[in-house]
Amino acid sequence: MRLLDIQNLEVGFDVYGGYLRVLNGVDFSMDEGEKVGLVGETGCGKTTTAKSVLNILPVPPARTTGGRIMFKGEDILTMKKNEIRRVHAQEISMIFQDPTAALNPVFTIGDQLMTAIRYSCFDEDLSRREVRDRAVQALREVRLPDAERILKNYPVQLSGGMRQRICIAMALATRSTLLIADEPTTSLDVTIQDQVLRLLGTLIREKDTSAILITHSLGLVREWTERVYVMYAGVMVETAGTQELFNNPLHPYTQGLMAAVPKLTGEGIAPGIEGRIPDYLNPPTGCRFHPRCPHVMDVCRKEKPSQFDCGEGHKTACFLYRE
Amino acid sequence: MHTAAQVASRSLGSRIWERVKRGWYTFSKNPLSIVGGFIVVVVFLLAVLAPYVSPYPEHAGNFVDFETASAPPSRAHLFGTDVFGRDILTRVFFGFRLSLIMGVVVIGLTAPVGVTLGLIAGYKKNTWVETLIMRITDIFVAVPPLILALSVAAILKPNIFNSMMAVSLMWWPWYCRMVYGIASSLKNEFYIQSAEVTGASTAHILFREIFPNCYGPIFTKVSLDMGWVILLASALSFVGLGAQPPTPDLGTMVADGGKYMPDQWWIAVFPAIAIMFVVFGFNILGDGIRDMLEVEKT
Amino acid sequence: MSFMNDVILSAQDLKKHFHTRQGVVRAADGVSFTIRERETLGLVGESGSGKSTVAYTIMGIYPATSGTLLFKGDDIGSASKKRSKPLKRDIQIVFQDPGSSLNPRRTIRQILELPLNVHKTVPKRDRLERVAKLMEMVELPFDYMYKAPPAIGGGERQMVAIARALATDPSFIVLDEPTSALDVSVQAKIINKLMELQRELGLTYLFITHDLSLMRNMASRVAIMYLGKICEIAPTAEFFSNPLHPYTQMLLSSIPVVSEQEEELKPKKIVSAGEIPSPVDIPPGCSFHLRCPRKMDICTRVDPRIVTLSEGHEVRCHLFPGASG
Repeated sequence: MRLLDIQNLEVGFDVYGGYLRVLNGVDFSMDEGEKVGLVGETGCGKTTTAKSVLNILPVPPARTTGGRIMFKGEDILTMKKNEIRRVHAQEISMIFQDPTAALNPVFTIGDQLMTAIRYSCFDEDLSRREVRDRAVQALREVRLPDAERILKNYPVQLSGGMRQRICIAMALATRSTLLIADEPTTSLDVTIQDQVLRLLGTLIREKDTSAILITHSLGLVREWTERVYVMYAGVMVETAGTQELFNNPLHPYTQGLMAAVPKLTGEGIAPGIEGRIPDYLNPPTGCRFHPRCPHVMDVCRKEKPSQFDCGEGHKTACFLYRE
Repeated sequence: MHTAAQVASRSLGSRIWERVKRGWYTFSKNPLSIVGGFIVVVVFLLAVLAPYVSPYPEHAGNFVDFETASAPPSRAHLFGTDVFGRDILTRVFFGFRLSLIMGVVVIGLTAPVGVTLGLIAGYKKNTWVETLIMRITDIFVAVPPLILALSVAAILKPNIFNSMMAVSLMWWPWYCRMVYGIASSLKNEFYIQSAEVTGASTAHILFREIFPNCYGPIFTKVSLDMGWVILLASALSFVGLGAQPPTPDLGTMVADGGKYMPDQWWIAVFPAIAIMFVVFGFNILGDGIRDMLEVEKT
Repeated sequence: MSFMNDVILSAQDLKKHFHTRQGVVRAADGVSFTIRERETLGLVGESGSGKSTVAYTIMGIYPATSGTLLFKGDDIGSASKKRSKPLKRDIQIVFQDPGSSLNPRRTIRQILELPLNVHKTVPKRDRLERVAKLMEMVELPFDYMYKAPPAIGGGERQMVAIARALATDPSFIVLDEPTSALDVSVQAKIINKLMELQRELGLTYLFITHDLSLMRNMASRVAIMYLGKICEIAPTAEFFSNPLHPYTQMLLSSIPVVSEQEEELKPKKIVSAGEIPSPVDIPPGCSFHLRCPRKMDICTRVDPRIVTLSEGHEVRCHLFPGASG
């Protein structure tokens, strides 16, 4: 049984002017122990997908109009409140993009960390001392020096990199089965980014946690994941093993993205992808990428492509690859 | 693709209408806001049209009819009559006039002054200008409002105009402080620095760049303040320092009617409910305005 | 002064210090470089390196503490309030975050018209046309004229920022991380547009970014800064193929790349250890020695001097003869 299996998820938002059909049938699945990357640009729906998995979308204006999110065999969308709370506390953790916003500025690190631990381990009935010990242990695991002192600090006293490490500590201290990291290093400096990701990668391997790394950086995905999903306008357009994807990108969008990344070889930068992301109020018919696709065909305008199998776990939603 | 001239000529009117529609969408999300808006509109209309919609317009001035004095609510007098035989419903409508006028005048004076001083003080943070303005503000804030108003009113003749001056004096610092807070935090935004680097004048930066970012809090406060000013004015009238008889004023009516509680309860109770009604309306309208003016983040 | 020597901007021992309660922050501490016309000088560094400080001093957002800053031969070390109007027109800046560099309460037209109104370079009745021309230059649809920044995408906002910088027909533009907050395909569009504009209008750029792969494709020369000082400057190809300073090597080794080919080009992996020290607390000697894998005894005591090794390639490190002077 797969750990997480999102089937044909459809989510939209009610706004001024109509209904934003953001997620248009998202398929995503992973097994336990896998490290999967989710790549896509701003507005493609990756955070919406992550928030759907955690069931933390603001319900008006968000509306889930179809699909299932099967976590360990149960549909998250139909779970009751107390079941979801259990899932949050013990099964799925999320690391958000901006560590400053994810930490409450008026509580100490110790308060927040210990609260997280207490919630996740409520069935273990730990004493205060035990909770504190686990908190210190968690901070040591993320290589924060002087863990005891940091417990007494407020978030504002620490640097961005340290704050993100604390968020990672919080996520991992809860011993969750699945870790979702949403652009965990975007707001950090480049060498700190490297440190933090290296740490995250190591810890995930040590604890054998399953993880989803959401990012718009192809370079990061290449170094840290085993399998990748590429997302565009609310649909998964391609998925493959990481090596395979970078050696052989099939979908025109993926190819466009790869070409647009500045290369260290100094060959100049490809012109990027024509057009702009679709207006979700009035999305394109058929394949949502067709207005920008250099290989567009007639059928692309009329029908929505399904995931076509291209061998070795490599699938892509593009009519160019229909058998 | 339109030419630039075509786009520019798309009338100002259609752009404003678009904004109004969008504003209404957010505003109407909360049904309470609509209730607030409705109340305010009703009060406003009653006030403006008082001479035409009140059943006994002449009762608003010098009128005496001891025959019908102190009559309880009836079909002829929905809110009853007071000790002079004047119809209370009529006097409440005319009372709204006074309340709204007071509110508009006081806020019309204090808001522009307070906002301008706040913009200047906030932008010129850490200079003598800021210190001067904010310390003066502090002085006015330190004096308890009612005492300040009473002192002013006691020195000057008790009438509507002077009570408006008294209220204004203690009201302006709050606008100043609020805008000061916003302006000083926006001072370091890139778009302000960009305007400075371009060489825009200080006036432009204050009123065209910073001020528009204060609309939300200012207009929300204006709406809430209408309620407070009306309440404060009523309090002043209650102690005899506002409108003088026979001018119908809600606060005076409550004060006068208080003597006759609980037997002729209607003389005090209806004006009191009217005050509550108006203040409540402006309060929830204020919430709706705040929702509407929040800057949308993508 | 004429432009005989072709250098448009030169900084000589430029310093900008801030006095704070925690002490003196030596944000820029003796920076020297020259930029020639139509060139792009890339400035690289982590947070706290002082690259933004240098940019803002050039812009006149701060006055320089000491040192010389010459633009077309004139001293521009003073703050923008004291600068002449023609100078303000000639040097422009594109800020990092389009979300906060454009006033969310103003329309695109108002934003683009401001420089025109202030400098009166164009008579009033022609200003709308100039705004339209600017929007055309950055490929923004005219429909956007009455939109406010929050209503358009991040890439488009940055295009507005670029159009605004072009409004006064400048010759020199400072670009402070113009694409860091943007997606890669949007970045590609903007970078290509910037390069096209540079060719067409003969612009000179000071380009600041932490993205070394981007720098590789954009800059003609690259300078790398650490804690207020320049560690190394070299022409781009030389900088990447032959990095000399240990800090340069460290940064280059940690760039995430997307192909095997590129992996080959990176120096051997050097793991950066420790946090970036605070600029208030700069260690004695070479400011980098606490993190340097090739630290020597002299590094803890003496601050190295800049040495010119080959054509245009300067380094500040005791590993090279002449630095310990």
